[in-house]
Amino acid sequence: MPLTDSLRNDILAAVPSLRAFAISLSGNADRADDLVQETLLRALANIDSFQPGSNLPAWLFTILRNLFRSDYRKRRREVEDAEGNYAKTLKTQPSQNAHLEFEEFRTALDKLPQDQREALILVGASGFSYEDAASICGCAVGTIKSRVNRARSKLAALLYVDGAEDFGPDETVRAVIGGSGG
Amino acid sequence: MKDLKSQASRSTTPGKGGLTPEIQSRIGHQLRAMYDDVVRQGVPDRFAELIKKLDAPGATPQLGDEGGSNDNNNGRD
Repeated sequence: MPLTDSLRNDILAAVPSLRAFAISLSGNADRADDLVQETLLRALANIDSFQPGSNLPAWLFTILRNLFRSDYRKRRREVEDAEGNYAKTLKTQPSQNAHLEFEEFRTALDKLPQDQREALILVGASGFSYEDAASICGCAVGTIKSRVNRARSKLAALLYVDGAEDFGPDETVRAVIGGSGG
Repeated sequence: MKDLKSQASRSTTPGKGGLTPEIQSRIGHQLRAMYDDVVRQGVPDRFAELIKKLDAPGATPQLGDEGGSNDNNNGRD
């Protein structure tokens, strides 16, 4: 379909979550924004192939995901850069402890196999249905479900092994969100 | 391991894998906290401008100006 005003606004409205997806995938803010830029250029160049009435965010996420995948194969080295760079993207600086927990989470997330990580992010953070996530990743719904489950188990194993009772379950999260720690 | 799926959806008793409902929700919270922090940053100017530029009627974006359509510039620089 042609690039109408409303379509343009819809694309614009999807940019914040595209960035969040790109950063979650790549762990690197600069690279994430390059990915988003390239996604937008591709989308606009191929706007004719977008089916009116279909799920625009899912279409855009698919483009970004495929770009990331082909890019990732070329340079898998930069992952080590992730931590420092990611911290820079944070607007509000969480308290020290929360920050550490946060980096731990980020690091654990980066350790997941890519298939599992993207499935978990799409379903658990972007809020896509299993069906949409499956179409974004080009696989079966059951595959997405099992990837999400495996991702959760692996994160749990990496982060909370035997130690779940050491922290109040919500302490970290509250601190990260509200910065209310002392 | 084979039972993880059903455990996750039943979410009553923690299995050997340790995926209690608490841990599940903790993972979910952290994931969303990380993600939403970026979402809240909104649309950076560079993307707003990019989309605007591409939309201008009849205006070929300046992105690739060097790339072509300048027949009479051939060999000048």
